[in-house]
Amino acid sequence: MGVRNVISHSLWICWKDLLEFSRSKLRLVMLVLMPLFMMVMVGFIFPTGSTITDTPIALVNNDAGSMGTSFVAQLNAINNKSGMMLLSSATDFNDIKTKLQNNDIHGGLIIPENFSSDILSGKQGYITIVIDQSNPQMSLTMQGVITKTIEAMGKQSAISNLNSSYHVSVTTATSLITPYIVESKGIVPGEPNYFQFVAPGIIAMVVMMALMTGLPHAISYEKDMGTLDGMLAAPINRLSIILGKVTAQTVRGMIQGFIILLLAVVLFGVVIQGSILLVILLILLTVFSFVGLGILITSFTENEETATMVMMTLMFPMMFLSGVFFPLQQMPWYMQGLAKFLPLTYATTALRKVMVLGADISAVGTEVLILVAFGIVLLAVAVPMFRRAMSK
Amino acid sequence: MEKDSAGMNQAAHQFRCPRCGNIGEYSGKAGERLIVTCDSCKTKGRVTIPGIAEPPSTNGNAIEITHLRKLFKDFPAVDDVSFYVKKGEIFGLLGPNGAGKSTIIRMLCTLTRPTAGVATVAGYDIVKQSGKVRTHIGLVSEKMIMYEQLTARENLKLFGKLYNLPNDFLNKRIDELLAFVRMEKWADHRINTFSTGMKQRINVIRALVNQPEILFLDEPTLGLDPQSTAEIRELTKRINTENGTTIILTTHIMFEAEALCKRMGIIDHGKIVALDTPANLKKLVSGTDVSTFEIEVSNLEPRMMTSVQSLGSVKSLIQEDSNHLLVRTTGNDAFDDIVDSLRKNGAKVRMVKNLEPSLEDVFLHLTGREAREKVTENTPSSSVGPGHGPGRRRPKRIR
Repeated sequence: MGVRNVISHSLWICWKDLLEFSRSKLRLVMLVLMPLFMMVMVGFIFPTGSTITDTPIALVNNDAGSMGTSFVAQLNAINNKSGMMLLSSATDFNDIKTKLQNNDIHGGLIIPENFSSDILSGKQGYITIVIDQSNPQMSLTMQGVITKTIEAMGKQSAISNLNSSYHVSVTTATSLITPYIVESKGIVPGEPNYFQFVAPGIIAMVVMMALMTGLPHAISYEKDMGTLDGMLAAPINRLSIILGKVTAQTVRGMIQGFIILLLAVVLFGVVIQGSILLVILLILLTVFSFVGLGILITSFTENEETATMVMMTLMFPMMFLSGVFFPLQQMPWYMQGLAKFLPLTYATTALRKVMVLGADISAVGTEVLILVAFGIVLLAVAVPMFRRAMSK
Repeated sequence: MEKDSAGMNQAAHQFRCPRCGNIGEYSGKAGERLIVTCDSCKTKGRVTIPGIAEPPSTNGNAIEITHLRKLFKDFPAVDDVSFYVKKGEIFGLLGPNGAGKSTIIRMLCTLTRPTAGVATVAGYDIVKQSGKVRTHIGLVSEKMIMYEQLTARENLKLFGKLYNLPNDFLNKRIDELLAFVRMEKWADHRINTFSTGMKQRINVIRALVNQPEILFLDEPTLGLDPQSTAEIRELTKRINTENGTTIILTTHIMFEAEALCKRMGIIDHGKIVALDTPANLKKLVSGTDVSTFEIEVSNLEPRMMTSVQSLGSVKSLIQEDSNHLLVRTTGNDAFDDIVDSLRKNGAKVRMVKNLEPSLEDVFLHLTGREAREKVTENTPSSSVGPGHGPGRRRPKRIR
């Protein structure tokens, strides 16, 4: 009877909250826009490595002989296919320097005067890549891309040299020059992409945000408006209030989570490899692990403004430390250690395992246990705090 | 009904184990719920001790408060307050802002715990039986308890559901209540489309949805226009007379308390400074032969005032403005004496009004300050000499 009443009351409070929410057009629009912005933002601002196209590169050809020209022609031919670079010509190193300083180009290539003569006399030909030191990410990528292209060109010319000068068949020549073929193979079909990586994390994060911001806001707002007194003066368990609010916020968070999932699948080609039911279960578990924290903040904040401030302070470190946007392994060891104390870390990891790698429940057992533990510990602290705060 | 305050030797009850049929015994306070274990098969089950849990001790009073205190840090918001409210009456708590009225209401509604003291509402202890208290009360707080985005009906429905009212009953009740305040037409409109007066009407019936025995009205007319104020006052009376609901009302408006309340307590700095019927409270300041006159003289001169003041029956004289005098007197001949004295000095008396002592006077007398935030602009232009009685004064406001 007692439990039934608590649930019935909480459902009515949830009904009220959702009804209120659905009556505000702006809130409904935001409900959809927020995940959309989130997805578009992280999808397009973060570098993905393979998406560099049309990067302006200046080319200086000082070669006295003909090898330089044929190198440029070859480079152009390859670039026309890949479209990675936007090649323009420059006179010398200083010209490239000026253009780099003006931010007209992102890098340069210099073919020296004695390029042809060196190669013809049996030596190696030098090519200089000029990098943009103000943009480490880009220069690193450019360096890699250009080096790879030039190496491929070198191999190509070596193979044709062997074939024409020493009458070695092209197949033999190829296997002589490049004896190893490297092939990458994932455990699930498809290429790895950043959306695959980031989508599970964002889902976990949006659910976290719904509870961390939504819950304290919902309760402290009613406290400020005086409407909370109406519920407190009614013969209902204090738990019903918090349970109703949690349910309403969870529904909101889940809706946003699913919008993200949908956008990720439809717009960004993310494929969910694991069971969708397991994904839902993990999202609910994420909610469970965060509920306590939300209630805790609600309990010790006096008004809406303080609640918002406390939440923001806690939420941003959690967002960036939990491996939602950057892989944990890229962080220094102490930050990785800190991340181990955040439930979002485990939620993100587990969701990623299931969504991207198609893992089943046994593979995420540890994460599930840790999330449950987080939830229980936080709730054990938060619920008595909340009861006390409500009957001051 | 036998009462067992020690809680030790209650009568034993028997239960039959549903699995093995073994008979076991249990005991406890009436109404208490226990988990019992069968002796033979160790099956656990839940039992409720029969009988009614502690019958409310009412004494015919809806509310009884003894030595109630509430400290905020070290500040006593409510300082040793004791009073009772009879069943079916409208009781007023009158006092300036910050006197502790709302804190008393909040304690009685179980929204905040008293620091010390005991109070029962509908016979239930506000701390130990707060759940029971809540089923018997309705609260109209200073801030409206309503959700603006929801319709009137939806608001009433939500709160009805929190009181576990079944659907059929609740729907009927909602229609009744809406009809009671003539708001049937607006049932399915959102609260945020209503005027403040309409909102307050819905807010009041929202507190009635559970048919409370006791209704708390905390400053119900605050911020309302005169017409809505009158409506709410009329509504308060109707709730009291038609439903027999006990009402406890706080206000800082003397007129409101006087018009509505059977008995009232004047509260200041967290203490009850007087408690009685409005009529008896007025007697505090007015002896049988004490009266106050307002006199309008078209050609008022200082010598007229001096002569009036010298009369034995005049206890105090205050010049209100260039034409008006306020004279406090004792004795039955005072009126004639004053008029004679004025005429003798060539005064043209336009009007003499015998002023009823008001609660405003009582409040002033008791607390030394005015209840309402009203500054008297027309302070006496010429100060009057000796003879100030303790009665009507226009003291500077203390705060």
